[in-house]
Amino acid sequence: MTQTNHIGKAPNRVDGPLKVAGTAHYSGEFNVPHLAYGYVVSSPIAKGKVVAIHADEVRALPGVLEVFSHENVPYLAWFDKSYKDQIAPGGSPFRPLHSPDITFNQQPVALVVADTFELARYAAALLRIDYEQEDHETNLETKRTEGYAPGGGKTGFQAPPPPRGNPDKALKNATHSIEAEYAHGAQHHNPMELFTTTVEWRGDGKITAYDKTQGVYNVKNYLMGVFGLGKDEVRVVNQFMGGGFGAGLRPQYSVFMAVLATLELKRSVRVTLTRQQMFSIGHRPNTLQLLKMGTNPDGTLASLQHHALHETSQFEDYTENIVNWSGMLYQCENVKLGYQLAKLDIYSPQDMRAPGAASGNVGLEVAMDEMAYAAGLDPLEFRLRNYADRDQNVDKPFSSKKLRECYKQAAAKFGWETRTQKPRSMRANGKLRGMGMGGGVWDATQTKSAAKALISADGKLTVRSATGENGTGTYTIMTQIAAETLGLPLEAVTFELGDTDQPEAPIQGGSWTAASVGTAVKNACDALGEKILKLAQKPADSPLKDAKYDEVEFVNGQLRLRLDHDQAVVLRDVLQASGETQLEADSSALPNMLKQQGYSMHSHNVAFAEVEVDEDLGTIKVTRVVSAVAAGRILNQKTARSQVLGSVVWGLGMALMEETVMDHKFGRYVNHNFAEYHIPVNADIPHIDVIFVHEDDDIVNPLGVKGIGEVGMLGVTAAIANAVFHATGKRVRDLPIMLDKLL
Amino acid sequence: MSQLLTRAPASGGLPAPVPTGPVRLHINGETQTLQLAPWTSLLDALREYAHLTGTKKGCDHGQCGACTVLVNGRRINSCLTLAVMHEDDDITTIEGLGTPDNLSPLQQAFVDHDAFQCGYCTPGQICSAQGLLNEGRAHSEAEIKELMSGNLCRCGAYVGILDAVSEVANSQGEMVK
Amino acid sequence: MYPFTYSRATDVADAVRDKAGHDGSAYVGGGTNLIDLMKMNVEQPAHLVNVAKLPLAKIEDLPNGGLRLGATATNSDTAWNEQVKARYPLLNQAILAGASPQLRNAATNGGNLMQRTRCYYFYDLATPCNKREPGSGCSAIGGFNRIHAILGASEACIATHPSDMCVALAALAPTVRVSGPQGERSIAFEDFHRLPGDHPEFDNTLAEGELITSLDLPEKGFAKHFAYLKLRDRHSYAFALVSVAVGLEMDGDTITDARLALGGVAHKPWRDHSAEALLKGQHATAETFGRVAAHVVANAVGQGSNDFKIELARRAIVRALKQAAEGKQEAGDVYLGGQ
Ligand SMILES: Cc1cc2nc3c(=O)[nH]c(=O)nc-3n(C[C@H](O)[C@H](O)[C@H](O)COP(=O)(O)OP(=O)(O)OC[C@H]3O[C@@H](n4cnc5c(N)ncnc54)[C@H](O)[C@@H]3O)c2cc1C
Ligand code: SF4
Ligand code: FES
Ligand code: FES
Repeated sequence: MTQTNHIGKAPNRVDGPLKVAGTAHYSGEFNVPHLAYGYVVSSPIAKGKVVAIHADEVRALPGVLEVFSHENVPYLAWFDKSYKDQIAPGGSPFRPLHSPDITFNQQPVALVVADTFELARYAAALLRIDYEQEDHETNLETKRTEGYAPGGGKTGFQAPPPPRGNPDKALKNATHSIEAEYAHGAQHHNPMELFTTTVEWRGDGKITAYDKTQGVYNVKNYLMGVFGLGKDEVRVVNQFMGGGFGAGLRPQYSVFMAVLATLELKRSVRVTLTRQQMFSIGHRPNTLQLLKMGTNPDGTLASLQHHALHETSQFEDYTENIVNWSGMLYQCENVKLGYQLAKLDIYSPQDMRAPGAASGNVGLEVAMDEMAYAAGLDPLEFRLRNYADRDQNVDKPFSSKKLRECYKQAAAKFGWETRTQKPRSMRANGKLRGMGMGGGVWDATQTKSAAKALISADGKLTVRSATGENGTGTYTIMTQIAAETLGLPLEAVTFELGDTDQPEAPIQGGSWTAASVGTAVKNACDALGEKILKLAQKPADSPLKDAKYDEVEFVNGQLRLRLDHDQAVVLRDVLQASGETQLEADSSALPNMLKQQGYSMHSHNVAFAEVEVDEDLGTIKVTRVVSAVAAGRILNQKTARSQVLGSVVWGLGMALMEETVMDHKFGRYVNHNFAEYHIPVNADIPHIDVIFVHEDDDIVNPLGVKGIGEVGMLGVTAAIANAVFHATGKRVRDLPIMLDKLL
Repeated sequence: MSQLLTRAPASGGLPAPVPTGPVRLHINGETQTLQLAPWTSLLDALREYAHLTGTKKGCDHGQCGACTVLVNGRRINSCLTLAVMHEDDDITTIEGLGTPDNLSPLQQAFVDHDAFQCGYCTPGQICSAQGLLNEGRAHSEAEIKELMSGNLCRCGAYVGILDAVSEVANSQGEMVK
Repeated sequence: MYPFTYSRATDVADAVRDKAGHDGSAYVGGGTNLIDLMKMNVEQPAHLVNVAKLPLAKIEDLPNGGLRLGATATNSDTAWNEQVKARYPLLNQAILAGASPQLRNAATNGGNLMQRTRCYYFYDLATPCNKREPGSGCSAIGGFNRIHAILGASEACIATHPSDMCVALAALAPTVRVSGPQGERSIAFEDFHRLPGDHPEFDNTLAEGELITSLDLPEKGFAKHFAYLKLRDRHSYAFALVSVAVGLEMDGDTITDARLALGGVAHKPWRDHSAEALLKGQHATAETFGRVAAHVVANAVGQGSNDFKIELARRAIVRALKQAAEGKQEAGDVYLGGQ
């Protein structure tokens, strides 16, 4: 064993000390000099027009610098294209302060800028705005028959595959069959950090935007397009993000507002949204799902049909992959998948942790439970009988898939064999006990990414890539990869991220950062390694004289022959002898399409949950969860476990409490705050076991990683819903399962 | 009573902002006199005026706990109190508990147990946990969970938080089981 | 938030004088409700009189055997007070079921009584609300009203009083001592909060300028047989959908005295005397509890999204009565569900 073997271990987060000491700086924490504060004014109506803005009254207040609205916003980019960010869906993106038209409730209609935050907030409250209201529609129920299949969609969207086999006939002839509708309301990401942008005016039309975003380049390109800024005029920085979960994938109106005000006032400006306004920046859409399933006499699936309808805005076709997963998680010859959108007077939904999959998974996995019961089978046994060894959607084998092993290990840990199948058959502590399970599948993707590595003569390595850190452990795993590649201790490596002065990395989402940026980091370090090897070979007596790069390895600060460890040089000696003060190398990484094209690449998981239900009062307590994840190689056991633990918390929230309620009369979310939009608190969370089932997979990427940010959330919600059924005999098909649904 | 106090609408002249005055606070052992108007919350005073940004704003309405600080040793939400109400009070923020190079036992336990992800709720969690230890009322895991429930964590780091707080509570002989 | 001037009162007389001297002024205790509402521009006081540091924070024995809770004692200090724990465990548990540790550390007893009824629309200036703007209409009626009243509501307002502490107080029946421009007076707790009727803008009967100075608990504390049961949408840090406070005195299994109050169901903490009368002299049986619970909700009216609360309240009452009769709940340093 060597000490510079870091990958797969469980080191503490390298950015941990900064975070726990309160010295990590988030976007609202750059206290640049002479800062002004912007406060956003939001529309109280869902549809109509702004008729008048009585801004002069407010401008007259001493300390108020300006009121921006569509009335005085200067010329901005005219074409939709300029407002399209990397993952904009089809349609026309929302343009803040562009016109008097109101297309959704809480639409930002003005920005008040003042010398202090308090004054801006006060002035915003005083600003009188006259509206002309029009009838709106925000209720998905009214659009059941008006769904349409979206044309294109955003990056990553795949229309459902065409039907296979003869699903209707197979359903008719099935031994057992079920048909049920599942629903959940809107849910909001609600990262703990409010959306904030601090824009520093650097003079001469140049700005630095410290923005809460999951993609600094995405924001930079957006700002260049919208404000006509040159490459050198705008720098976007995000070194720490207080949670994203998808809310920061697209540039939010906070950054637009802050940049607008800065450019106009030629003064640094910070704009921070309120928690209420955090309910106007996208959400997991209200979704209705219809599932039909039938089985053959041997308990295999005869037919599987899954149809989903969800809301989108009037101006964009927000899309997500809800039903496709149902065609690949289980083996079934007769499958029909359908996906539709309906337009409402709301803001565009926005990818939210495991977008699409989280929704579709609940439908599929609760239906699987219902089907298992209808067929008289144990839910785990039922899944095993329908195990898919190939991805039938694309008719390809999986690059790796250890879901069966997940089932096995998690079931054993959970004690699934102690479960009695009959609903209401288990009791504990005077309550009904239930056990349920659910599993899921998520994409393993890699996208283009770049990184730069620099090593100084004293052996300190710095690696840079403009990716993000929103809690996923990016700093730590990249440090591990870089350190291991060049045989250094973690302390000798600094990984820097989140700055458009660094090489470009993709948006941080879709669980692809480890694979994409990780590979780029590895490549950059290897490129640097080759340079170091060349230097090491310069002396005539170099023990590595004729070695090729793949014949050497960097270990414990040394560079040595793989096959003869005694033939070694000390890294620092090489660097110092070279006379160079610094060596650097750039590299980028692309997925190896050739290698990958024959495979379906996915991560899988299963979750088992136990609940206790107080039958009289309807209260549900989740008492245990076991989650097993097969996601290739795990880079850091500690941070990976945390991601899965967090996913379980999300799954629990979705199952039992999360729902943004729309009052259709006003077309407005009513519980738009943390007191009434409930996310789980510590007291809600039980003991959680996390199991990683290792997969060797050199097809997905050279590191063999699949990403774990999303997959861990799947299965959990359904497992809890299924456990509640098992406990009570009541099948709740509309989430969240609040106590009134069990009375 | 409890009729609302509302002001005359805009036309009759807008109520003018109230001027600032000196407010003396003892922050992390240092006496600071800040120029503040009454409407500045303790949270904004710390973040925007004293430039101590370790204390976080997650909701500004007492609904998340991110802004938790210790006032005279007791944990409160700094967003729902005014700085002027704390003239001469001792305020301890996360910066006062330890530094990256010299972490407090709780801070170290949070790192060791990976009791956070994004880190945004973390200063509030740690100040809250410190308040909990000061109160001396966490004797079991169930109690720690309940008494740490005033701090939301959207990353869902609750298992780690429980482990970290339990470890320190145990080491200080607080836990009975 | 609107601008306001500020002063800190040094004693009760000073506070009352200061407030009387400023138009549109308000007392502020912990600030956890008032400042929240000020940030939403719902409350717009022109002047704040800080009463949090008045010398009213003591908890002390009364000559009549009761206990005086100072108005500025924090909710935490009150809940954790040894006298309260020993003699009024119901109050201990109810306080600890409310809000969060941080909020309870800041919140004062006076402020807890005075906190406004809770309603989404009341907080949201974009929607009409009779309580905020009399005559503008009630958005909750016909709207989303999961947290709203099933008892004692009016056509003007269906908001609920959200306090947990006050539910226990309703059962324990203290007097509220106040000091105002007109001098001192005492208000029976039951008369302190009011139903909305045609004037939902008033939550209670405190007169302009009056300051709460203490809550005087009578001797009887129901320390042996009590229950506080809070039902909510998550396990902690959430307002009650329904809560029940029960205090019983028992002779064997016969109930000799009873108190029953509900939270989360009405514009005020809902004490039901007739239900208490029905309990007295009865055996503590499931049949008795069921009958009494049915009686309490007999006149309850749902508003749509809160219809379930009628049945939930009925079941919660049965459960709380049973728990109280069994005498299993104890005072403690935390509230763990009371189950
Ligand atoms: C997120 C959140 C969750 C909560 N959850 C709960 C819960 O679950 N259960 C629960 O019971 N409560 C809950 N609360 C409410 C909390 O208990 C109250 O806000 C608190 O008790 C109010 O006390 P205070 O001293 O802070 O009042 P303040 O905000 O200072 O004052 C409130 C009102 O009382 C007046 N006032 C204050 N003191 C006096 C006095 N001595 N005499 C006359 N008038 C006075 C003020 O003028 C003001 O109108 C919650 C609050 C928040 C923000
Ligand atoms: S219930 Fe009362 S507080 Fe709520 S909207 Fe109606 S009138 Fe206003
Ligand atoms: S910011 Fe103070 S509780 Fe959320
Ligand atoms: S660590 Fe991100 S919110 Fe708690």
